[in-house]
Amino acid sequence: MDDAMVQRPFSPASATIAGIPADLLFLLVTLVGVGVFAWVIWRRLEPLRRARPDPRLSRIPERLVMVLKYWLAQWRQPRYMLAGVLHIVVFFGFLVLAIRATELVLLGIFEGFEMPGLGGGLGAAYHVVKDYAATAVFVAVVILAVRRGLFRPARYAVPEKLGKDHTPEALLVLGLIGTLMVSESIFEASLFAAGAGSGHATALTLTWAFERLLSGTEVPALASVNLAAYAVHDVTFFAFLCLLPFGKHFHVVTSLFSVFFMRLETGTVKPVLHGVPDADLDHLESFGVKTFEDFTWKHMLDFYSCVDCGRCSDRCPANRVGRPLSPRFVSIKARDYAFEHYPAFRRSAAEPSPLMGGIYGEDEIWSCTTCGACEEECPLGIEYIDKIVDLRRGMVDDGNVPQSLQKPLASLEKRGNPWGKLEKKRAEWATGNGSGTPVKLVENGETAGTLYFVDSITAYDDRMQNIARATARILARADVDFVVIGTAEKDSGNDVRRFGEEMLFQVLKEENTESIRAAEAQRIVVSDPHTLNTLRHDYDHIPPVHHVSELIADAVACGELTLKPMTDPSKAYTYHDPCYLGRHNGSYEAPRRALDGIPGLRRVEMEGNCRDRAFCCGGGGLMLFYEPEEEQRMGVVRVQQAREAGADVIVTACPYCLTNIEDAIKVAGLEGEMEALDLVELIDGQLEREVEAPDLVELIDGQLEQPQT
Amino acid sequence: MEILVCVKRVPDPAENEISIGPDGGDIERDDLVYSVNEWDNYAVEEAVRIAERTGGNVTIVSVDDDEGEEVVRRQMAMGASQGLLLTDEAFEGSDGLGTATILAAAAKNGTYDLILTGAQADDGAAQVGGMLAALLDWPYASVVNLVETNSDGPLRIGREIDGGSQEINEIETPCVLSIQTGINEPRYVGVRGIRKVASIELPVMDAEALGISAETVGTAGAKVRRVDYFVPEQRAAAEMIEGSTEEIADRIVDLLRAQGGIR
Repeated sequence: MDDAMVQRPFSPASATIAGIPADLLFLLVTLVGVGVFAWVIWRRLEPLRRARPDPRLSRIPERLVMVLKYWLAQWRQPRYMLAGVLHIVVFFGFLVLAIRATELVLLGIFEGFEMPGLGGGLGAAYHVVKDYAATAVFVAVVILAVRRGLFRPARYAVPEKLGKDHTPEALLVLGLIGTLMVSESIFEASLFAAGAGSGHATALTLTWAFERLLSGTEVPALASVNLAAYAVHDVTFFAFLCLLPFGKHFHVVTSLFSVFFMRLETGTVKPVLHGVPDADLDHLESFGVKTFEDFTWKHMLDFYSCVDCGRCSDRCPANRVGRPLSPRFVSIKARDYAFEHYPAFRRSAAEPSPLMGGIYGEDEIWSCTTCGACEEECPLGIEYIDKIVDLRRGMVDDGNVPQSLQKPLASLEKRGNPWGKLEKKRAEWATGNGSGTPVKLVENGETAGTLYFVDSITAYDDRMQNIARATARILARADVDFVVIGTAEKDSGNDVRRFGEEMLFQVLKEENTESIRAAEAQRIVVSDPHTLNTLRHDYDHIPPVHHVSELIADAVACGELTLKPMTDPSKAYTYHDPCYLGRHNGSYEAPRRALDGIPGLRRVEMEGNCRDRAFCCGGGGLMLFYEPEEEQRMGVVRVQQAREAGADVIVTACPYCLTNIEDAIKVAGLEGEMEALDLVELIDGQLEREVEAPDLVELIDGQLEQPQT
Repeated sequence: MEILVCVKRVPDPAENEISIGPDGGDIERDDLVYSVNEWDNYAVEEAVRIAERTGGNVTIVSVDDDEGEEVVRRQMAMGASQGLLLTDEAFEGSDGLGTATILAAAAKNGTYDLILTGAQADDGAAQVGGMLAALLDWPYASVVNLVETNSDGPLRIGREIDGGSQEINEIETPCVLSIQTGINEPRYVGVRGIRKVASIELPVMDAEALGISAETVGTAGAKVRRVDYFVPEQRAAAEMIEGSTEEIADRIVDLLRAQGGIR
């Protein structure tokens, strides 16, 4: 080590600038840089200290897996291939160069400083890697800058009313990163050019290029170049560091924490206030998020971590159809609020101001269908649904609910369904349907191993009652002994909760829980993914819940259900993933397996818009009643996607999806050309109606074995 | 400003299937759920907004049996500080004048600057507000769709006139206003709102407490009696317009012009 030091003809630590020892100046730069950075971080933590609680220290091993997957392995980045790959290059470049940057900073203060462990062979290897890393980062930064500055991908655009374009900020940071790469390389190259160290720079790196450029330069000039490069690197490094907490590049610091603390479950909604059990909700002074400080600290951390990459909004169906919601700006506006109200170098604003009517608009917050596409896409797992639900809870608490939603909410409270239909008609779908399938009812004192929870739309809507009947027939055919609650069943409340009416949800949940327990079933089957979601995630101490598509897939697989071949094999079928079955409950395969169980069915995928990237049909539950500002219906976009995929029939597995898609086919003027079906309707139509010979024998045998009554 | 708002509990057609009962004198009331009369809901919202601007209290009053408590409380949850339930067997079967008599007695019992009613209720009679004003000898404005308050001096109120014209009046207080729907966007009252007012004491007054003689109200005092109740026979009056989109549009414009829908 000492040899190498001796060989150095010049070094920043031993230089002087304007007669002042450079190591003192670099020490000063370091102290100021670190001091300012630490201060700003402290200030940035202030709102988090005032925020609502959010326990996120459970399940550490799973959290570490999240960190490995989403942070280190950059799992979601390649979903947008070009930007993703470039980001991965810069990310790993940063990880590699962090060591070198630290070494460089200390090298200006301590003569001949070398990172411990990076002497010898490991150090030499590291130098090769970091030279390529710096070069790769530089190339990536140039491509990113050209892409951002010249090609300007649409998803970075800032709508006029939301302020200025963010391109200058992006270019500034790219410029700083580029400067760091170049100055570090020139610093290194000047040493090589002066014959210091051993041999030459690694081939085809920035350092190598600069070494060739500087070859033949006299040593005193190289000393100046070396010092200048060092100074530029040092100042740029600390400028960059201190600039991070002032914009979207704060994620360089916060993303690790955001990912570590990210939500581990989908389909859930946060409680009104962590630490307050449902039974004590009545004692809370206020519900939901009304001011910035009502957000939890994790949600504030999310705002800091938002990289402004626009992927959420690019996949957001509300944004796509021109509703006044862009999840990206839910974060950006909140971050701007935090920076303004908790400034780094001034006193915090005394009075918190209301968010609704301030940074957020009512239509913006009601526009969300809670489809989860934004959360599925965010590389850092930033949460949106919980924030939207919390903002809605705040509005509901203030009585600030659109007139279009007040009627269905009142009806849900009075009648247990949003249409105000009579309770006594809730099980009418089961009687007089001509299907020949008797349906047992809990209210008649009947019980069974399986409870079919029908839910409001399927029980009452004339069209959707088909789903209930088809489900009943399929269950019967699969020899599932099932029972239906009947008139005492209430709306499951999935969307009541997600629209912010927590207390009404609690009432519905309580009544349903009682009915479900009275059924004494070992499992619950549903045909509505919204029901699946809320029973599974929001209810407690009830039997496990399955969507009927899982049952069908299993029954077909093991031969309990035999399906007739398609009569018209020329028709192409596509499967539309309901948000609450797919993204929120991870069930992508069962419905596809069920479809593929029909011989001769030709299935096509809406490539790029299927599975976890499925485009929401327009939303269910109370969203059917909400009248949003929009340019186009989500369902119409979805129908067009299906058409582009070459589908004639859209099969879904959700009564709300079916409602929206059937409407959209009419709106799009595609009646007669395209059709929509629920999975159970399609399967029901393919059930072998006649009992085949072996079954008949079994049936007779079965009857013979039964005791005579 | 001290404001009294008179509300009525009615079966909401959005939450019920309304049919005529077997005796033909009334609708079938089994299985009905009740809520506040829609117009009254706007009246309460307007009263709460006025009180928020000017200070003072809003009191919700209803002539009803015990079942009326829920509706009174729900309306209180919108921001009224007090409620009042007027209950007496003698009140049952009151006609409009009877109801107005009971409400007038309650109004005289307090000191109010303003009384709001809905423009009409489920029976469409639209008479209680005017009668109440007359009984109190207060000025009255009906179908009000705008209320502006001045620090002192008369209220400025807007009324919708047939054909869509708007009229602005000044009206001295105390006065009675019957409120039209659409004057505001009533706030939402959820389960939580109702629970918050559940512990507020709700005074109940009967005929004696109000100083009303039983024979002037209820069935005994009613001078208007319903003698029949039925759904009119449907006539086949729909005209199907056929032709190209333009022809249909032209025909609709002609029809609307002829029927006075557009000018």
